[in-house]
Amino acid sequence: MKLFPAAIDWRAPRTLVAVFVLITLLLLPLLMTGDSGSFYVKFITRVMIYALAAIGLNFILGFGGMVSLGHAMYVMLGAYAVAIPAQHGIVSGWAHLGIALVATAVLAAVIGAVALRTTGIAFIMITLAFAQMLFFGAVSLKDYGGDDGLTLAARSDFALFDLSSNGSLYYVTLFCVVLALYLSWRAVLSPFGLVLRGSKSNTRRAAALGHPVFRYQLVAYVASALACAVAGVLLANLTQFASPAYGAWTLSGELIVIVILGGLGTVFGPLIGAILLLSLEEILPMLVELTLPDYKSNWMLLLGAFIFIIALVLKRGVFGSLSASSATHRKGDKQ
Amino acid sequence: MTTQLALSQILNGLQLGVLLFLLAAGLTLVFGIMSFVNLAHGSLFMLGAYFGAAAFAKTDSFLVGVFAAVVGAGAVGLLLDRFALTKLYERDHLDQVLATFGLILFFNELIRIIWGPGSIFMQVPDALSQTVNMFGISYPSYRIAIIGVGLLVALGLYLLIQKTRVGMLIRAGATHPAMVASLGVNIKWLNTLVFALGAALAGLAGVMAGPIISVQPGMGEPVLILTLVVIIIGGLGSIRGAFYAALIVGVVDTLGRAFMPTIMRGIFERNTADAAGPALASMLIYLLMAAVLALKPQGLFPTSAGAVR
Repeated sequence: MKLFPAAIDWRAPRTLVAVFVLITLLLLPLLMTGDSGSFYVKFITRVMIYALAAIGLNFILGFGGMVSLGHAMYVMLGAYAVAIPAQHGIVSGWAHLGIALVATAVLAAVIGAVALRTTGIAFIMITLAFAQMLFFGAVSLKDYGGDDGLTLAARSDFALFDLSSNGSLYYVTLFCVVLALYLSWRAVLSPFGLVLRGSKSNTRRAAALGHPVFRYQLVAYVASALACAVAGVLLANLTQFASPAYGAWTLSGELIVIVILGGLGTVFGPLIGAILLLSLEEILPMLVELTLPDYKSNWMLLLGAFIFIIALVLKRGVFGSLSASSATHRKGDKQ
Repeated sequence: MTTQLALSQILNGLQLGVLLFLLAAGLTLVFGIMSFVNLAHGSLFMLGAYFGAAAFAKTDSFLVGVFAAVVGAGAVGLLLDRFALTKLYERDHLDQVLATFGLILFFNELIRIIWGPGSIFMQVPDALSQTVNMFGISYPSYRIAIIGVGLLVALGLYLLIQKTRVGMLIRAGATHPAMVASLGVNIKWLNTLVFALGAALAGLAGVMAGPIISVQPGMGEPVLILTLVVIIIGGLGSIRGAFYAALIVGVVDTLGRAFMPTIMRGIFERNTADAAGPALASMLIYLLMAAVLALKPQGLFPTSAGAVR
């Protein structure tokens, strides 16, 4: 088995940007020291966690054409898979990860099986409704903090490596992101990915060719939910906190924004999208505070307008607009 | 005692149901005709409540408040449609979801800037502040009025869609827009009219709900999600479906919240019941939706491609 599923055009703009971003992420903690450095390490860890969840979402949204407006529920599930066992004295990170993956796989298989009976707009709304159901379920868990959420006394204990320092959590997160990028790249170019992409452009034709489309879609849906669950495990460890807010539908919306901003249906796009959106969410309040200090708490107005404009004008996303080939005259398509 | 409690809870459920119908009718019409997903419909509900509360506080007349809410929300809908959303009708649902998601954030902040982050108080109009005795229970007359208004609007919508020339054009425009346009009807204005009508109904729901829920930024989202559940259960694009589904969802949700903890206590031990009861109650309508979709993926009253009924 080859390491890379496709030949890499090293001089293509997309490859250059991707390599540059990955190397920067690899080296960044070395440059960030002191108190402000610790803030930025945590911030970029959060960016990468969002990117991980968005990579999962992009797998079904960008390649499978399934618009899920409920993927935050799996992030929340992953976070609670850390917080609830920790409450009962189970601190092993492997146990947390195992619980998160098993619980998410079971739940996503059930929800996916119901939701995939619908298509288009009904699918959007049914995923949203399931996410709300889980959200309200978590709110009513009075034993586990209810609305207020649960605080973690310590980060998960993975035995092999120590998560207690922000730096190690950063690199674990980076590893997960790179792994997710690599796996989704492989999956998209595999026969499985071909059927999935085929079912996006024409479900009926894919079915007529004899592919069990529903099964492919369900497997893709579960896989994408698992990526979000891992993101949830990492998020709970980063903030040492889990609350229903992680499953709020606005977070599901943000994940879609990230995917589109980065470039729908590009493997690397979600990481770029997460960097852009979360940076914007840090920069906008500062800008508003500098220019109109009276309205500093109302920066979301600008974010809303920004998202609206993105939806209107940005067809291919930032990373998607970059050429995938070094030859300017040829229109390549690196997935 | 229990029957009286059940009766008043059923009335509460009906009242929630007709409010949901006011919202669902507009949303499902816009979807049925323009195939447009408007997540910002909840924001129009919120704007209606604020317009109504402001006008009511200024003039001391609830009717003026209702008028301000309906006209204000309708006008915002009209402007949105003409200047912002037209480009989105041709796009796929993903862009529509994203754009209207942005609009929600925008409107919530706008309301915070204008009216502040806290909730504002809107009182029940004096004429409707008493309770009425019916079937052996005393029930607030304002809530009765909500049910009455909702049923009147439902009847009016039915007559408008089924019996008038405009309604005929709306139905025709949903299935054969190009044909209707080539017969000399300005289909864009027809779409705008439908959108503004939906917005006005959302505004009406907002101002009617104002005195019984708290008027605050973000009040549209929980209602929006309930409305989405309603139009999915009812069948996308079906007004009749929206009507029945709204009443079902309203009653099931209200009764579930009122009685589920007690029922659970009869089955499980107290601790389990107290923990699971409220959780199950708040999940009930979503379970209902999942059950409906598992049996009828198109909803209870499926419409054939884009038809409005």
